[in-house]
Amino acid sequence: MFNMELKKISEVEWEIPKEGKMNVPGRIFASERLLIDMKKDDTFKQIMNVAKLPGILKASIACPDAHMGYGFCIGGVAAFDTLNGIISPGGVGFDINCSVRLLKTNLTFSDIEKAGKKEILHSLFRSIPSGVGRGSELKLTKKELDDVLRDGAQWAVCAGYGMKDDYIYTEEEGKIKGANPLDVSQRAKSRGMPQLGSLGAGNHFLELQVVDEIYDSKIAKIFGLTKGQVCIMVHCGSRGLGHQVASDYIRLMEEKYSWPEYDRELVNAPIKSELGKKYFSAMACAANFAFANKQMITHWIREDLKHYFPNIKIEVVYDVCHNIAKFEKHLIDGSEREVLVMRKGATRSFGPGRIELPEKYREVGQPVIIPGSMGTASYVLSGTKKAEEISFASTAHGAGRVSSRTSARNNIRGEDVKLSLEKKGIDVLAGSFKGLSEEAPEVYKDIDEVVRVSHEAGIGNLVAKLKPIAVMKG
Amino acid sequence: MKYKFLEHTADMKFQAFGKSLAECFSNASYAVVEIITKDKVKPIIKKKIIIKGKDNESLLYNFLEEFLFLLDTENFILSKIENIKIDKELELTANVNGDNVKKYKTITDIKAITYNDMFVLEDKKGYKCQVVVDV
Repeated sequence: MFNMELKKISEVEWEIPKEGKMNVPGRIFASERLLIDMKKDDTFKQIMNVAKLPGILKASIACPDAHMGYGFCIGGVAAFDTLNGIISPGGVGFDINCSVRLLKTNLTFSDIEKAGKKEILHSLFRSIPSGVGRGSELKLTKKELDDVLRDGAQWAVCAGYGMKDDYIYTEEEGKIKGANPLDVSQRAKSRGMPQLGSLGAGNHFLELQVVDEIYDSKIAKIFGLTKGQVCIMVHCGSRGLGHQVASDYIRLMEEKYSWPEYDRELVNAPIKSELGKKYFSAMACAANFAFANKQMITHWIREDLKHYFPNIKIEVVYDVCHNIAKFEKHLIDGSEREVLVMRKGATRSFGPGRIELPEKYREVGQPVIIPGSMGTASYVLSGTKKAEEISFASTAHGAGRVSSRTSARNNIRGEDVKLSLEKKGIDVLAGSFKGLSEEAPEVYKDIDEVVRVSHEAGIGNLVAKLKPIAVMKG
Repeated sequence: MKYKFLEHTADMKFQAFGKSLAECFSNASYAVVEIITKDKVKPIIKKKIIIKGKDNESLLYNFLEEFLFLLDTENFILSKIENIKIDKELELTANVNGDNVKKYKTITDIKAITYNDMFVLEDKKGYKCQVVVDV
């Protein structure tokens, strides 16, 4: 339980004043309601620990969906000076580039109903590998895996999975530069080898959705979203490969630099050091693996749905990273310079004018895709100039958990979750009922409140609300 | 009691117990299996593992991580550990028996073992460890 006094900046912005070894203050974007849950666990302690890291700039930031993680809190963002700052696997997370891709279609809800929603869901479940120990049929050679790690979604498109526009509408065009496969261990590669092109398990999912509400019609039009349209959301990451990269570099950094006495999970290396550079490269490889992974899943969705709708058109709205470190230009003390931004369970929120965005979105800012928990709404927001000024261009990434998996397993029956979702018109297919109970809607924060705070704080503005009609979980 | 699960907002946290360090570790690996599946796994595939660590915590981390590695690369899920030994140089050897995970109903994947809140303690009753895994 956290008892310290927070300084109120506004209804949706709070500060943890600098104290002790903190180099910068903590900054939290939350309503009083969202603060209640954050105070219950170690979220604030983790925000303060991050503020102690060398080279941190401006503030240790927490997004509206923040909750306890390891090292950084989930929803934690920090930017570091490239000369004297650090890079930490604890600022990226184990699931490197856990990310979300939103696809738009030329279908409406009634098209799906006529063709048979349940049948379509079953068909997708058969076509896209998911769950524990279930990889794809694909057999990659070592050389091919290296190409995946270097070129990400661009590799997948070249190999025949999808089209150029798919990666154009992906953060970093689906390929983070500076990825050298030699920096990824053989152990990580062998975990990745059988898993490319699979969804995984846990909180990862594929969801059919319908655009339920438009808040900003001008921007929605540019994003290609209209009310009643069917969309598909894919949420997954770099699978075992990314997890192993994180574990490997935690070990290497511990050996070389030991860890900060306030938190072993904040083990780090200077950005400029050999090991810091190698971790960035390996992280980029894992991120590219995740981009390629979603690109292949996109391709299989297209192939599969063609059987039901021969004239279907499926295009990528955008694909955003949730767990990542990036070199980006930001204004520091009035002048623009390159810094390293770590987002751990947070979404980039670039506003209008950023050169990094595809031309079509440059006028209005990037699409920020925020998935809800299973059975609740998801949202599309637009990036803002204000986010660039106050949150290193970052906002929330999802609902954020409020209660444990242990209590969900003991208190919620997966069968009941499925029934109550079906009553709301949402079909569900999952690897197991127990897994379903762990992801039940009630274990998550109220996503509506999370995006309301983002909008009010001006770090990501509401554009559209999507409601689920069918969910597939690993 | 071999192990028990504790409350944790986002992930899974457990404590495992044993008269010796080796027994405590082997109970921790059973807790890891229970996170992945509640089914009774049969001891069909037999393997031998050798794990090294710098201290008790890193040995535990590396030992548990091996099961995630075997799951991802060979679909191996643990059933039973036999002849587990930890020598003075912190080298752990064990015979591990298990099966192909595809034969069982799985609940969730474990992304990684973490050092978050991890400890390995010795008391009058023997050994006790605590682990949080990222799921």
